[in-house]
Formats: sequence, structure tokens, C-alpha cells
Amino acid sequence: MKGAPAIAVTALRKSFGKHTVLDGIDLHVPPGSVFSLLGANGAGKTTTVKIMSTLLAADAGEVRVAGHDPVRAPDAVRAAIGVTGQFSAVDKLLTGEENLRLMADLHHLGRAEGRRTTTDLLARFGLTEAARKPASAYSGGMLRRLDLAMTLAGSPQVIFLDEPTTGLDPRSRRDMWQIVRDLVAGGVTIFLTTQYLEEADELADRIAVLDHGRIVAEGTAEELKRRIPGGHVRLTFAAPQDLEAARQALPEAVPDPDTLALRVPNDGSMRALKTLIDRLDDRAVEVDELSVHTPDLDDVFLALTGQPT
Amino acid sequence: MTTYPVRDSATMLRRNLKRMLRYPSMTVTLVAMPVIFLLLFVFILGETLGAGINGGGRAAYANYVAPAIIMMTVMSTVQGTAISVAMDMTEGIITRFRTMHIARVSVLTGHVIGSVLQAMLAVGIVTLVALAVGFRPTAGPLEWLATAGFLTVLAFAFVWLCVALGLAAGTVETASNTPMVLVLLPFLGSGFVPTDSMPAAVRWFAEYQPFTPIIEALRGLLTDAPVGNTVWIALAWCAVIALGGYLWSKRLFDRAS
Repeated sequence: MKGAPAIAVTALRKSFGKHTVLDGIDLHVPPGSVFSLLGANGAGKTTTVKIMSTLLAADAGEVRVAGHDPVRAPDAVRAAIGVTGQFSAVDKLLTGEENLRLMADLHHLGRAEGRRTTTDLLARFGLTEAARKPASAYSGGMLRRLDLAMTLAGSPQVIFLDEPTTGLDPRSRRDMWQIVRDLVAGGVTIFLTTQYLEEADELADRIAVLDHGRIVAEGTAEELKRRIPGGHVRLTFAAPQDLEAARQALPEAVPDPDTLALRVPNDGSMRALKTLIDRLDDRAVEVDELSVHTPDLDDVFLALTGQPT
Repeated sequence: MTTYPVRDSATMLRRNLKRMLRYPSMTVTLVAMPVIFLLLFVFILGETLGAGINGGGRAAYANYVAPAIIMMTVMSTVQGTAISVAMDMTEGIITRFRTMHIARVSVLTGHVIGSVLQAMLAVGIVTLVALAVGFRPTAGPLEWLATAGFLTVLAFAFVWLCVALGLAAGTVETASNTPMVLVLLPFLGSGFVPTDSMPAAVRWFAEYQPFTPIIEALRGLLTDAPVGNTVWIALAWCAVIALGGYLWSKRLFDRAS
């Protein structure tokens, strides 16, 4: 198995009725790495995960997960994977411990091994104290940890994390990131979907940007950032009419009406800045504040998909 | 790849039994309904109905209605199956089961076996209450055994139907409403009064609907009412309902995955 890709997808297509969700995507994930599929809501991330985890059949394309076809050999794929979706897949009437024991039993671990796995996972995810409480009493962060612990009960080779931190508070999010890093250190392959650029930047070895069912860019975080040479300039305004005037002067800019701000792609060089200021001056646009930003994944996303995340 | 349907079903059964223990109010509600009907029919309506049916008054009516109430207990508890299946389907855990290498059918068989056990427990409780309010069955040990077997078959058949109703429901609210028909249909049969007292059209329906032979079979087994071939007709209905419910459930479950 070493060397063979953990996930290989070619020309994957899926439509629901007339609505095309995946329009021919290719993915290649080497074993032991973290791959992040980045996209806005509705980009097709969850559909991709559903197809790879045997929940949904593709319309066309080749899919191999841990070397198996999810349609022709679903049980072989299921035996190799673990899935944690964005909605917690725990039994809320059972306790954390009972949920984990349920998983251990379904993975046919023996009595002693099942008990040991349960105890280990509870400790590893900081749930030992809450082990005997029903999951309905858990906080959002605890539920997500229990959910992931249940996914790990079967020692999967490939783990799908579908927006694992959506809806979590910043601290729980950081905890989750640490857990993911520890998992990778243990040698598993992780396929992570997220709408947070920061998350992909923090965790992923490789990132693919999904937009309207197509992969619009793929590479390491560094490679993607290099595509946008100079980051952007952020202009803020005192009044909505100033913002509107600036938009007319700078059609390439992306406005944020809530904060009366405008994002203008710009490499930050003296020449580019002077050009920008001149264009604003020509129309006598009043700018409240100007700041130069070095590129981050946000800019990549903006440049590639034409929308901020 | 090999699966372990029996082992996985046992695991799912344990899960469902634990859920019933954690959520006792549902079991209590499901058992309370037939008990309330029993008390209502024996103490409020029993004297008059008993006089009208066989001139026997309340005591005679208790013997007439108890088998129907015992059957109604099964119908009441299987409603809980539809609800808990629908609850499962709306929760994320079912999606997890689908991405795991387990025997798929175990998700449903766990519900079925758990619900049959729950139904038999409820039947036991309601039978004791019936005995306490004046039900005097003439059944010997063999007839009691046959009754228990018959009720198990009955519960099994209708649990499969309710699994399908729960899968088809989409929401928990719908799942708790549709099986109500199973509690109401016995009224359009020989459950509470003999069918020959009904208007012609209703009588025709009453004589041919499944609950009439089911109730008559129970009456025959428990009391000295004539059995005839009702047991066989009732068992045939159960077979049809069980098979239909199973096939419908399987289709719905496979389609949802």
C-alpha cells in the first residue's frame, strides 16, 4: 500500500437534476498527508466527501479510496475509512463511553480491547470526566471531540473531516487542530474540507480550491500564495458614498459594505500604490484609512473565485 | 468482505434497549394508552356494553374487551418503533453507520428485536392490569403459551410495518401520527363490539379487515370463545404484513443510503 495514493479521483462528476455540483474534479492524496479541500458553502465539498465515503454514487469519473472503488467495493472502502461530518454523528441518548463502546463493538473488537480503546480515546480527547454523562449534555466542542473519537475507534487509514470546526468557538477550534496534527503524526491520511482559509493554511500539506464544482487551484499553501504576487490594499471610508465613489474608480476592487471597506488587489510596491492613489485622487475620493496587506490565502481565494470567504 | 449480521444486530439491540431505558417516558406513554382504554371501557362503558352484547354486564364485558386491549397494546408500542426509527434517520448517527463496514440490516433488526421485546413487556403489564380489573381468562398453560407466541408474531409483523412507516415519515412528527391508524382500526372490527351490530358497509369492512381475525383468534385462545380458523387467517395476515413491511423497509433503507 505504501506509495499508492490514499485517495485518487479523476474526472469526477455529479449532478442533482439540472444542477451540476461537481464538474469534473481530479484529486490525488498521498498516504500520510493532510489534504484540504477549500471552498465556500455550496461549492461541492460535502458532495465530494459523500461520494468518497460510499454515501453517494458519482455520475461519472474514477474514484479510489485506499485502493478500492466506493461503488464496486463499498465494504472494503468502509473498512479503511473514518468519517466525521459537520453534523455530529453521535447517539445523544447514550453516554460518551457507551457511544465509544458501540463503535468498538461494531468494529468487532474483543471485550478487553474494546474497553481499552474506549478508555484511551476518552483520555486522549479530554472526555474522561464526562464519560458517564449522556452526550445530550455535552457542549459543541465536546460533541465534536466525541464524534472524532468515535471515528478513530476503528483505526481508519483514511479519515474524512467534513468542516470539522464549523460552529466551534476559537478555543475548541485550536484544540481540534492539535488533534488533527497528532493524528497525522500517527501516519493516517486526512482529507479535510473547510471554508476557513486559516484552517487549511494551518493543517494541510496540500490545498485544492473548489469553486462551483471545479478545482480552480491546487498546491501547497506557499505555492498558492505565490500566485498572488503582492497581496492587497485595504481602504476604509467614512461614508457609504465615498465607498461607492471608490468602487467606480476601482472596478477590480471587492467591497465590504458592512465595514465600509474596499479590498484592492495590489502588490504593495511604491509604483502600484502611487497608481492606486492617483486613481482615487482623480475622482477626489475621500479615503479614511489605507493599509497594505501581504498575501495570505484569503487573497488567493479572492483572486481565484472572485469572492471573499 | 465478510459481515457479521448476528453480532452487529446484537450490538444494535443493546443500543436500542439502552435508548429505551434512557427515554422511559415514551415506553410509559405507550403502555398508558391501552391501560386508559381498558379502564374506560370496563368501568365507564362496560356495564351498558356488557348488557347489550350478551346480557352479562361489566364482568362479561371485561372478558370481551380484554383480548382487544391486549392486542391494542401491541399496536400502541409499535408506534414507538416508527418514532424511534424516524428519530434515528434524522440524527447523524445513521450516516455514521452507513460509512462503517457493518451488516446494514443490523440497523433495522436492532430496532425490530428491541421493539418486539418492548411490546411483550407492555403486553405483560397490560395483561396484569386486565386481570386486576376483572378479566377472567379460561386459558390453560398451553393456551397461554400459544397466546404469547401469537402475540410475538403479531408484534414482529407490525414492528416491520412501523419500521417502514418510520423510514417513510421524514420527520418524527409524521412518524408519530401515521401509525395511529393501527390503534383506531380495531374499532372498525370486532374489538369493542361484535360486528353484527354495525351498519352493513362498516360490517363488511369489519369482517374482512385484518384486526377482526386477530382479535377473534386472541379471544379464542384466552377465553372460551370459539376459535374456528381465525388463528390461521390471523397468522396469514401477519405473514403478509411482516413480509410487506420488511420489503418496504429494505427498499426505503437502501434508497436512503
